[in-house]
Amino acid sequence: MTLLTPVTDPEGAPFWEHARAGRLHIQACADCGTFRFPPRPCCPHCQSFAREWREVSGHGRIWSYVVPHPPLLPDYAAQAPYNVIVVELADAPRIRLVGNLVARAGARLDSVAPERLRIGARVRVVFDPAGLPQWVLERS
Amino acid sequence: MAAAGIKDATAVVGIGQTAFARHLPEDERTLACRAVLAALDDAGIAPAEVDALASYTMEETDEVELAKAVGFGDLTWFGRIGYGGGGSCATVAQLAAAIAAGQARVGVAWRSRKRGSGARPWTDTVRQLPTPAQWTRPFGLLRPVDEIAMLTRRYLHEYGATRDHLFNVALACRNRANQNPDAIMYDRPLTREMYMTSRWISEPLCLFDNCLETDGALACVVVGAERARDCRRTPVLIHAAAQGLPAQHHGMVNYWNDDPLTGPAWTAARHLWKHADLTPEDVDVAQIYDAFTALVPLSLEGYGFCGRGEGGAFTEQGALETGGRLPINTGGGGLSEAYVHGFNLITEGVRQLRGTSTAQVPGASTCLVTAGEGVPTSALLLRRGD
Repeated sequence: MTLLTPVTDPEGAPFWEHARAGRLHIQACADCGTFRFPPRPCCPHCQSFAREWREVSGHGRIWSYVVPHPPLLPDYAAQAPYNVIVVELADAPRIRLVGNLVARAGARLDSVAPERLRIGARVRVVFDPAGLPQWVLERS
Repeated sequence: MAAAGIKDATAVVGIGQTAFARHLPEDERTLACRAVLAALDDAGIAPAEVDALASYTMEETDEVELAKAVGFGDLTWFGRIGYGGGGSCATVAQLAAAIAAGQARVGVAWRSRKRGSGARPWTDTVRQLPTPAQWTRPFGLLRPVDEIAMLTRRYLHEYGATRDHLFNVALACRNRANQNPDAIMYDRPLTREMYMTSRWISEPLCLFDNCLETDGALACVVVGAERARDCRRTPVLIHAAAQGLPAQHHGMVNYWNDDPLTGPAWTAARHLWKHADLTPEDVDVAQIYDAFTALVPLSLEGYGFCGRGEGGAFTEQGALETGGRLPINTGGGGLSEAYVHGFNLITEGVRQLRGTSTAQVPGASTCLVTAGEGVPTSALLLRRGD
C-alpha cells in the first residue's frame, strides 16, 4: 500500500526533514518570534525574511475531524472509513496540523474506531517509519 | 459625492445555456459556443459587437477558441479570474468595471464544463488543486468535500447546528429543482428520511450535502445601463459587486488563522454593502453558492442575513423556501439543478428579476448572487432595472 508522500517545496522541506528525525518543528520568524504555518518566505506580521525552525512539544487537542468514505484514491479507499484530524498545538494555539489519529506509530489510518474521536481530545505526536507525523490519544 | 463607480452603471441583458446532463455528447468548446450565442440572441446583440470577455479558472475553453468560432469582433478587454467557483460572480464584476470605466462596450462571461462525464479533479495526483497539498493530502484529506467537512464539523461543534440544518438547505434546493424542468433533479423529490439514511461521503457530510456532477454551459451578456434599455429583455442592473480574499486566508483548508469559520464571504460582503444603497433586509431572493450544503449557513452569516453562528438556525421554519424569509437557489442550485461552478446562480438571479423563474418570487426586485465560499470569492447584488 502506497499512500501519497508529501510533494514538498523549499519552504516546507525543513518540516519534513525534522519529522524524519522524529521531531516536530514549526517555522517561526527569527525577528518577532511569531510562529507561522504553513511555512512561507516572510513574516506576515513584521515582514522579516529571517526565519527559523523551532521544536514544539508535540502535544495538542483535536480541533476537528472527518471520516472519509469512497470514492477515494485506491490506497485510501482500502482503509476507508478512516479518520483525518486537525490538531491544535498546545504550545502554539493557532498552529493546526492535519494528520491521522492512530492506535500506535505506524498503524493504519483506520486503526482507531471513528466513535472514539472527539473534538477537544488530547493527543500527542508520533512518527511512522517514513517520518510522517501521526497522532495518538494521550489517554487510550 | 464619491466617484461614480459601478453602481447601476451596467446591466445583464442576455443569458443563455445548453441542456444540463450527466453526459452531453458535444465537447466543451461547442457547448460554450452554443451558450454564448444563445445569450447574445437573448440580448439581441450581434457577436461582432462583443469587445470584452471574462471567465474563471477550471474553464476548458479559451478566448481565442471562443472568439474565432462565434465571430466576435476585436476584443480589447479579457481576463480570467482564479479559484474556480470563487470567480463566478467576479466575471460579471470585472466586465461591469471595464464597461463603467469606458474600456469596453459589450462583455460576455461564460462557463463550459463537462464535470459530469469528465474526470474528478482530485483524482489527479500530479496536478493538484490549489491547496497546500503537502500538508493535507498524504493524510487522506483528498477531496474538496473532505476539506469542507472538516470546517463543517467544527461549525456544528461551535454553534450547535445540526444535520437537520444542512438538510434544510438540501431540501430547499431540491424543492426548487422539482419546479424547474431544466434541472437534473426535476423529477426526483427529496425526503428527510432519504437524507438521513443516505451514504456518507465525508462525515459529517452525506451524499445529499454534495453538489451534482454535470455537463453544461452558460453565458451572460453585460452592457452599459443606457444601452441596456434598448435590449430585448428587462435590464438587470449590476447594483454592486465585490471580490473577497481575506487576510491570512488559506483556501478550502482554512485551518491556519485566528478564525477559520469566517471566510471570504465576510470580506466580499463588507465591500458589497458599503457600495450598495441596499441592506441584507432589502434582498428579495438569493442565489447562494452551494457546492456543499454547509457553505450556505456560512454565507448567510457572512453576507449579514443573520449573526455569527446563527446560519443553521436561520434555515428553520422554511426560511429558505418560497414564501420564507429568504428564498434561495430558486432554480435548484448546484445541489439540484446543475453544478457548473455557480454560473447557473447568476442566470437564475437574472430570471428572478425578469420575472421568468420557474419558482418566481412575486415582485422580486433585488437578488444577491454569491460565488464559492471557502475560496477567494465574489458576489453580485442585482436589481431590476425598469
